[in-house]
Amino acid sequence: MKALIKYLPLALLAVAWEAAVRLGLVSRDLLPPFTQVISAGWTLLTAGDLWLNGAASLYRGGTGLAIAVAVGGTLGIVMAWWRPVNAFVSPLVEMLYPMPKSALIPITVLWLGFGDGSKILLIFLGCMLPVTIGAYNGARSCDRVLVWSARSMGASRLRVLWDVVVPSAMPELLNGVRTALALSFVLLVSSEMIVSRSGLGHLIGLLGEGGVYDAMFAVVLAVAFLGFFADRLYQMFVRRVLQWRE
Amino acid sequence: MARMIWRLAPWISLLTLALAWEALASSGAVTPFMLPRLSGVLVRIWNDTLSGDMPQSLGLTLYRALSGFGIAAVLGIPLGILIARNRAVHWFFDPIVSVGFPMPKIAFLPIVSLWFGFFDVSKILMVVLDAIFPIVTATVAGALSVEREILWSARNMGASERQMLREIILPAALPEIMTGLQVALPIALIVCIVAEMMMGGIGLGGTMMTASRFADSPGVFAGIVEIAVAGWIIVKLMAMLRRRLLLWHAEALAPPTV
Repeated sequence: MKALIKYLPLALLAVAWEAAVRLGLVSRDLLPPFTQVISAGWTLLTAGDLWLNGAASLYRGGTGLAIAVAVGGTLGIVMAWWRPVNAFVSPLVEMLYPMPKSALIPITVLWLGFGDGSKILLIFLGCMLPVTIGAYNGARSCDRVLVWSARSMGASRLRVLWDVVVPSAMPELLNGVRTALALSFVLLVSSEMIVSRSGLGHLIGLLGEGGVYDAMFAVVLAVAFLGFFADRLYQMFVRRVLQWRE
Repeated sequence: MARMIWRLAPWISLLTLALAWEALASSGAVTPFMLPRLSGVLVRIWNDTLSGDMPQSLGLTLYRALSGFGIAAVLGIPLGILIARNRAVHWFFDPIVSVGFPMPKIAFLPIVSLWFGFFDVSKILMVVLDAIFPIVTATVAGALSVEREILWSARNMGASERQMLREIILPAALPEIMTGLQVALPIALIVCIVAEMMMGGIGLGGTMMTASRFADSPGVFAGIVEIAVAGWIIVKLMAMLRRRLLLWHAEALAPPTV
């Protein structure tokens, strides 16, 4: 009941959408009715198009993001731990961080062509820096006293890194991953719309060019809600992982 | 001496990267198609600057990204304050914002271009759509975190709603609003480039896409260098603005972070 009242505005928007089209306020060519979009989406779902392209997108996004988290997280922690690395790497990070990652789309295509590889590389390159910066800031703010006491109790430097620095970097690192997750969707969908032969972004472009707007709207909504649910799932996961903090 | 080296480290690393690029490209390990020489790319940028192509595309891209960003700020900050201060507005917009923020809005691009065509309007609209959410959420968070005691005492001393807004809520929320703007700015650039790549026309994104279709890789790399430098300058300016506006705030005393 509470959830119902909370999400009522979204339902109202859907009703307003349906009514605007049915009453002729907006042309059907520009905006297919909501119910028609839902049924077109159902058709795509049962025909398997949504599954096939969705699996391709998920594979690219998941792989790229996983590599970005592994490499970016390690780099950030190493930057905070060894000063020479920090001195030479952080200017590059600072320089490249504000660069619009979408500018890399044509280059990844030049390097790896139209297939999965170019999307995975793009997502890896685009998502790495937010994770790096999160891990770096997290590891840097690690309590000195904790490090000293661990050292004085005889822990080796590597042991301190693993048992003290990494856990205390976790909250900020995971926050960086959340930013990266959102970015990965943007990069995935846009690169698939621009150059690809499969994937949800490709499906959107294909249906749009064919003028099948009700199905195109359905895929757009599917992608949008996929992004939303991925974020919610991730937040649940983070709450699990960081339970020890409370 | 040691201190000098630390001070010079950023420049050394940038120079190393540039030299490594040049060396790798001229070593023959990669084809010039995959990685053109940095010197060739710089010459290309210089020629495009002289012919006026580069300033025109860069200017258009920045115009679209920054006007979209500006519109998002002008709409987003008041909306955020309203969401924080008014229950009805909060009820209506809270689910929309919490569902809309994590959505990849870029997927709506074909719809927006279906409605508004391929020109500036739809590109700017895409930027607004993407940049507004971080600004709204940051403003809401900032306005909600104002200490109640301050609000109570202001009201006690007879401050009107407008005075409270101008004298207390806005200044107190300013650090978070600035953070929201700083998050939104790179997003605005990313979305603008993608929109240009997909819709074509003049602008850095469109120019790079054309260069890529003609296998003109110096053109692609020139675009990347241009947008990287422009993005870096804009983000730096924003950080300077933040320091300027928040001189009075405790954070001005803290050491700067990345």
